[in-house]
Amino acid sequence: MSVTKYRTIKDVPREEFLVPGTPLCAGCGALLVMRLFHKALGGDVVWVNAAGCITLMATFPYTPLRSSWFYTAMPSAPAGAQGIRDALDILIKKGKLDPSENLKVVVITGDGAASDIGLQSTSGAIHRGLDFFYLCVDNEAYGNTGFQASSSSPIGSGTATTKPTPLYPMGNVLPKKDLFEIWRSHKPPYVATISPSHVVDALRKVEKALNFKGPKLFLALCPCPTGWGMEPSESVKLARLAVEAGIWPLKEAVYGEVTHTYIPLKRRPVEDYLKAQRRFAHLFKPVKNEGIIAEIQRQVDEYWSKVER
Amino acid sequence: MVLKMLTGSQAVAWAARLARVDYIPAYPITPQTEIIEILSEWVRKGEMEAIFVQMESEHSLFTAAGTAAATGARVFTATSSQGLLYGFEMLYSIAGWRAPLVLVNVARAVAAPITLEPDHNDVLAARDSGFLQFHAENVQEALDLVLFAYRVAEDHRVLLPAIVNIDGFHLSFTRERVELPEQSFVDEFLPEYNPVNPIRASEPVAKGIPVLIPPLYSFFKYQMHMASRNALNVFREAAKDFEKLFSRTYAPVEEYMVEDADTVIVMSNSFASAGKQAVSALREEGHKVGLLKIRLFRPFPTDDIIKSLRGKKCVVVIDQNISVGKGGIMCPEIAEALYHLEDRPRVILPVIAGLGGKSISLEEFRYAVRVAERLASLKAGPDGPLLLFREDEAILVESLLKTASGG
Ligand SMILES: Cc1ncc(C[n+]2csc(CCOP(=O)(O)OP(=O)(O)O)c2C)c(N)n1
Ligand code: SF4
Repeated sequence: MSVTKYRTIKDVPREEFLVPGTPLCAGCGALLVMRLFHKALGGDVVWVNAAGCITLMATFPYTPLRSSWFYTAMPSAPAGAQGIRDALDILIKKGKLDPSENLKVVVITGDGAASDIGLQSTSGAIHRGLDFFYLCVDNEAYGNTGFQASSSSPIGSGTATTKPTPLYPMGNVLPKKDLFEIWRSHKPPYVATISPSHVVDALRKVEKALNFKGPKLFLALCPCPTGWGMEPSESVKLARLAVEAGIWPLKEAVYGEVTHTYIPLKRRPVEDYLKAQRRFAHLFKPVKNEGIIAEIQRQVDEYWSKVER
Repeated sequence: MVLKMLTGSQAVAWAARLARVDYIPAYPITPQTEIIEILSEWVRKGEMEAIFVQMESEHSLFTAAGTAAATGARVFTATSSQGLLYGFEMLYSIAGWRAPLVLVNVARAVAAPITLEPDHNDVLAARDSGFLQFHAENVQEALDLVLFAYRVAEDHRVLLPAIVNIDGFHLSFTRERVELPEQSFVDEFLPEYNPVNPIRASEPVAKGIPVLIPPLYSFFKYQMHMASRNALNVFREAAKDFEKLFSRTYAPVEEYMVEDADTVIVMSNSFASAGKQAVSALREEGHKVGLLKIRLFRPFPTDDIIKSLRGKKCVVVIDQNISVGKGGIMCPEIAEALYHLEDRPRVILPVIAGLGGKSISLEEFRYAVRVAERLASLKAGPDGPLLLFREDEAILVESLLKTASGG
């Protein structure tokens, strides 16, 4: 597995499976990740989707996809994947379907679906060892309904339901759920985090995951210009900042064994990342909330202090 | 053809086996459990070549069932009561995907208060979802209607999912003599499922995608409506083939002593057997009564109902369900079917009975018929549904309360 097709950015496959023309916002990080993910997976794919921004990627009778798409429901895309996988398997086994018609089954959901309403079905599918890919496009809130807080929203962030007020000056007071650890605790063959800023890292991870049968789970940080409050042109820059500040660790776990695939040698201060987005503006204006910024920095430092080099 | 003593649960499991289903996603709930236990065992013994998978909830189970059917597998599953309601979101989706799976609902009243006994609030809540609905009176019918359900659901003029309703305990755990159809005959009645636009590598499809232009939504819903209406004729065609193969037949409705009756009781499901007994008894007493059993509830067999009920003096609709604050769910449908007839019945009496498995006595049937006939003679109408509750039952409630309070 040490030999990889992907050495530099020039190795990104040219073939497009997601062609231009979708109603999603310009600069949507989720779309960037999906396009990249698809290039690594190849064309024989069925995407199984839960309600979220990505759902609106295709609207009848148009689709930008050159692969198959199945919108299921917000709580149960992994169960939808189960039905498709099992149906393909049994039809092939019974000789009713030519094996050349087989497909890779890929769930794609937002963080709200992944960490809240869909956690039950996600856990079920991992537990049963379902042979599928799961790509969670994490924009850290319920994007499609107007950027309300999800349990994946970071502490200190302002969302449509965690607006900073004199009573709650820091915005969101709850910590971000650690979905990586929740998934890892199920001991699937493969779990990874990826970022649209680290393209080769992401491609290699998908390439590696292709070697495993069973659940292969990917958490992608997906900057959201509309919700985060930044320019569409800055999505990749913001994603890179998150990685360089140590806020979004790039890592993988094979059967539960964690490895960091990129360790920022000198981490950027979290402040650089926070300052660049409107959703954290209340931490700086009208007065700088040193305490909360320091707490966010402390949590990041604590995380990395436990990472072995 | 083999004769066997089977419970309703065993019978529908046999139907799934004879239908050669490919996929059985499941989640346990009383009184449905026997069905999935039997099927899981047959799969584990290799007696059925299917995948059985126990899901983590009904919501997930319905999703998996729907996507598998859309992928081209013949899918069977079963649930009951709160299970059906927990997965409710997916019923509309499955119908919208035009995924023709078959779901047996083992009827059980819905909490609160919690009970295990049947009525039809669970299954009738699914009335508007796009699922076809078949209601079985006895164990033989339960088995046969599952075969019918596949035949009708998978027909390309229909392509809608189906629910077959069997009453919990009264059918699920009651053993009756059943004619078990021969496999070769079932194969003839039920050709292989031939899915439309399934998901394949060579031909990418998009399913369940949003329609953001309002007329498109109506367009799809109207198509589903027409497809469901087609199911009436497809059912009749199927009944002819079924009769040739098995020498018994089914119609969307069943008449019992209706022809010369003045008053007709309308019912569905297993309690219709008690209704038929009551009709026989009342006939002996000189009452000209009959019973009309609704077997196919969606699509609604309006023409058959008109044929049976036009010109009658009174119709007594016994709803084993309650839309709280209104009355029965079936009665307004019967009334609407008859309203425009010149010779419509003088009285359509809505009756609520048998909730949560409460028995309906001969005396209650007699009482309801009497009330209807009296209203007819007075040229009056009912002021609200008749809620049947017997004196002995009231006494029972009182004594239980007394015991509990230490009195
Ligand atoms: C059962 C159910 N509840 C609520 C909704 C409404 N809903 C649609 S999209 C959405 C937000 C999805 O957020 P997330 O999963 O984070 O994905 P994103 O939109 O951010 O990509 C919600 C709450 C729904 N479709 N279904
Ligand atoms: S709201 Fe955010 S996540 Fe949703 S489409 Fe727009 S940029 Fe993408």
